[in-house]
Amino acid sequence: MPDVFIYDTVRTPRGKGRKDGSLHTVTALELATQTLAAIRDRNGLDTGAIDDVVMGCVAPLGEQGSDIARIAVLNAGYAESVAGLQVSRFCASGLEACNIAAAKIMSGEAEAAIGGGVESMSRVAMGSDGGAWYADPNAAFKTYYAPQGIGADLIGNLYGFDRTDVDNYAVQSQQRAAKAWSEGRFAKSVVPVKDNLGLTLLDHDEHMRPQTTLQSLGALKPAFADVGEKWFDPIILQRYPEVDKIDHIHHAGNSSGIVDGAAAVLFATKEMGEALGLKPRARIKGMASIGSEPSIMLTGPELVTRKLLDRLGMEAGDIDLYELNEAFASVVLRMMQALDIDPDIMNVNGGAIAMGHPLGATGAMILGTVLDELERSDQETALITLCVGAGMGTATVIERV
Amino acid sequence: MNDFTLDRGADGIATIRFDATGRTMNTLTSQGWDELSAIIDAVRQDETIRGVLLISGKSNAFCAGADLDEMLDAAGTTPASAGGQRAVVERMGKANRVARALETCGKPVAATIAGHALGGGLELALACHFRVVAEDSRIKLGLPEATIGLLPGGGGTQRLLRLVGAARALPLLLEGRALPPAEALEMGIVNAVVPSGEEERVARAWIAGGGEAVAPWDKPHFALPGGTPYSRDGNPVFIQSAAIAARRSQGNYPAIGNIARCLYEGAQLPIDRALEIETRYFVETLQSPQSKAMIRTLFHSQPALSKALDRPAGVPRAQHKTVGVLGAGMMGAGIAFVQAEAGIDTILLDTSLEAAENGKAYSRSVLNRRIKKGTMSEAQAEAILARILPSADYADLAPCDLVVETVFEDRDIKGEATRRAAEHVRDGILFASNTSTLPISGLAAAAPDARRFIGMHFHSPVDRMELVEVVLGEHTDDTALAHALDYVKAIRKTAIVVHDSPFFYTSRTFDTYIREGMEMLADGYAPTLIDAAGKLAGMPRGPLELTDDVAIDLVHRIAEQRKISLGKAAARRRSDDVVDLMVHEGRYGRKNGKGFYDYAADGSKTLWQGLASHWPVSGATGTPEVVETLKRRLLYRQAIEAARCLAEGVLTDPRHADVGAILGWGFPRWTGGPISLIDQIGAVEFVARCEDLARQFGERFSPPDALRAMAADGLSYYGNPPGHRAAA
Repeated sequence: MPDVFIYDTVRTPRGKGRKDGSLHTVTALELATQTLAAIRDRNGLDTGAIDDVVMGCVAPLGEQGSDIARIAVLNAGYAESVAGLQVSRFCASGLEACNIAAAKIMSGEAEAAIGGGVESMSRVAMGSDGGAWYADPNAAFKTYYAPQGIGADLIGNLYGFDRTDVDNYAVQSQQRAAKAWSEGRFAKSVVPVKDNLGLTLLDHDEHMRPQTTLQSLGALKPAFADVGEKWFDPIILQRYPEVDKIDHIHHAGNSSGIVDGAAAVLFATKEMGEALGLKPRARIKGMASIGSEPSIMLTGPELVTRKLLDRLGMEAGDIDLYELNEAFASVVLRMMQALDIDPDIMNVNGGAIAMGHPLGATGAMILGTVLDELERSDQETALITLCVGAGMGTATVIERV
Repeated sequence: MNDFTLDRGADGIATIRFDATGRTMNTLTSQGWDELSAIIDAVRQDETIRGVLLISGKSNAFCAGADLDEMLDAAGTTPASAGGQRAVVERMGKANRVARALETCGKPVAATIAGHALGGGLELALACHFRVVAEDSRIKLGLPEATIGLLPGGGGTQRLLRLVGAARALPLLLEGRALPPAEALEMGIVNAVVPSGEEERVARAWIAGGGEAVAPWDKPHFALPGGTPYSRDGNPVFIQSAAIAARRSQGNYPAIGNIARCLYEGAQLPIDRALEIETRYFVETLQSPQSKAMIRTLFHSQPALSKALDRPAGVPRAQHKTVGVLGAGMMGAGIAFVQAEAGIDTILLDTSLEAAENGKAYSRSVLNRRIKKGTMSEAQAEAILARILPSADYADLAPCDLVVETVFEDRDIKGEATRRAAEHVRDGILFASNTSTLPISGLAAAAPDARRFIGMHFHSPVDRMELVEVVLGEHTDDTALAHALDYVKAIRKTAIVVHDSPFFYTSRTFDTYIREGMEMLADGYAPTLIDAAGKLAGMPRGPLELTDDVAIDLVHRIAEQRKISLGKAAARRRSDDVVDLMVHEGRYGRKNGKGFYDYAADGSKTLWQGLASHWPVSGATGTPEVVETLKRRLLYRQAIEAARCLAEGVLTDPRHADVGAILGWGFPRWTGGPISLIDQIGAVEFVARCEDLARQFGERFSPPDALRAMAADGLSYYGNPPGHRAAA
């Protein structure tokens, strides 16, 4: 089985996923197209050498429908021989797309492939793709369905994190992200998004609120208290009957932001990399996905990490940097608690609480973020993971070469 | 003779008359559907008919629903072969096919409704193009199927959905609530409400005025009110609907889940295909053990007991014109109220006039609430209150036809009250004692004639609790029993009959529930998990919170009585340690604000912190497997006790055990009662599970020999289940 190497990572800045967001006027296709064009152009890629482009997209309908990966390939002017595949693993779609791209190379199906993702959450609303999971009684009953944030609240309740803990974590995310931006730590990967006149629309993550304090967060109302009380708390408590009641601790300020963005990661075999005249930056050491208890939904990162580290014969302490998507603060706090991870090596440059979580793209974005950080801080090994809807986890371990 | 007849009419408006032969109520049978089907064919082909009235020939109701027993016979048991099941689906789909033929017959059809239209009756009306109802608030319109574990299988789920949308249809279907005509009109379930007697004229006018022969859902561009599951507006509604159903069912009620499924799946289909879905789920639900148990207990047994159908025959019916109530405490005051409400003149006697008047004041407070709610007028309230005479003078009891003693639970005090009353009443009248703990045969010694002495264990609060546990003493005779049952029926309550034995049936069996909760506490399970498991099993409250509600010192007193009655056989139980400790700590429950929980002034409760030090949590967390075991322990422990009561002759009729459990302490309705639960699981399997529990948790789970023998012989408490005959 050939080794798979990472040659480059690009991402767009993240625009506020609202009508006044800087990327709201940009189609999802254009976001995907510009990232594919960027990774081609700055590497002088002969796109005919790329076998497949795999892109995560969680709401594949409307302009994100009809296999947006293939359409972006064509729109970006890649060789028509390049295939395109859109995938969804909910929030981990971007990382899963990278893992699939890598796996295609490992299996011999491809020699070079791009993984990535796109989500314009301002243009195609989260959840607008429907799904049996929540509305079909068969699925809702079996999964004790409650909105994700209630699972996140329950994780806090079960593992002893209160409102202050999650708010403190959120403040730290903002501070770390602000520092990383001010020191230019994202510069290697971020490619500004431009309009048709060539004018830059956005060159930085605009969701950040670096002035956030514990006090300012304290004013925010829990986001899931109302729907929880009305409908869903009693359902998840049927599955967690030892809990008396849900203490709702998450809100807009300690959960991932709704944003627009896209990302791409270039993978190839050593031979193909050489043929293309590229220098490998890291090697894929291992990948895994798991299913976990679906109602609490967000405990997958710990479980998939254990599974992957086991398979690789590694221990939690062998990882230099962890990158866990900040879907909700409690998810990160729980992972650090469960695996005894030093907060100083977890999400060192902030995360989705500060910068946002463009669902289909995030996994590929944070893979790039942590690779840039490994190089900057001259460390070797990183693990990237995300919690996933309906109870899953996806993870990847990379090491510099 | 036919249930349905067609009168073609002279003016082109035909009348289909529904008048079931040989039955007091119109119920829908397979034969009836065939007749209606033939009539619809005739209507369709007859060019002179331009419209149709569907009317009832009964004054009591338009139609009370489908013939449940016939359905259970035809479809209640899952056939062994796919072909057999296909035939069942075909048979059960008949109602939908015929109603659909009516709806698409091409002539406008108006239903005139002058009485109840319930279940299949309302479903038939919903298949008409126009529904006009008499303006009479006593008329009930509804689909109550879910209350007996079924779902409407005659198009009700689909037509109600299409009329009012999922958000309004779901609660109506899940609660089975019947609507008065005005509310049905407001919701759009009927088209017109008119003064009584005007229905037919209005219906004719609708036809004459060009009434459309097309249901809204058969028109092009029909839009489901509130939206379909994946429309922008409908999506949240269906997501919430699934949660509402899950919360209500907790996985215990197949009908509830299947109603939600019918709405979700049906909303995405044209009506004909949606009706196929409904039939499939109807058959699945009808064949579930839960629905058969619920039908048996709630549809057959409970009404039979309410009507006192098995009252000893041959004893002349007693008229209870005047009844004395001894003791105006909580129970006496409640009994006085229900008597007065039922039109019985009541002498409410206590040691002082002031105490007696306090007891009467309770009735005033209940009535005030009703007046405030607008369900009663001041004049009606006054009439009820006028029937209660508070008194401190035993001589006032002279006119009584019955004396109900409700004084303090003490043999001597009760005996004294009975003796003093006996000095003033006619010879031969019945004496009843309301007690939950004292042996009736012993109390009877104070009565002038032990044959005319009986126990009546009322449940609190009396005005809301329907059950009376009638207790036969050693010498109680059939006349006394018959008269007691006549009285219970007169006060609109339901009696079960038990034989004198410690704590009778309800207290004894209920006690096992709360004690099992305490056993779990001693096992090291988290208190929150224990109470949640009780509720997940379908009990209205968890065992620990319920213990707080009934008061721990009462549980303690029952335990002390048990020691006295069982003597050395009263082996100490771990739950006794729990009770003793709580009593020692002065934690009596809600009544003194501290029990397993601490109670704040506003009634809210938090777990008593001390529990953790006395019973540290060491048990597993609430995984589905753990919860299943806890649920089984809580329910099976009660079922075993009920089975012991039957084996010991405390009860002689399983229906009384089942009805008594559901009405008496809220045993889950989905089970049909503790004995039906055993039948539902099957005696063999139930005995095996209990033996397993006995090995793990103690001998209290050991099934009585009679139950083991029943399992060995392949028998059940109720004999072959309904529907079994048809499959034979």
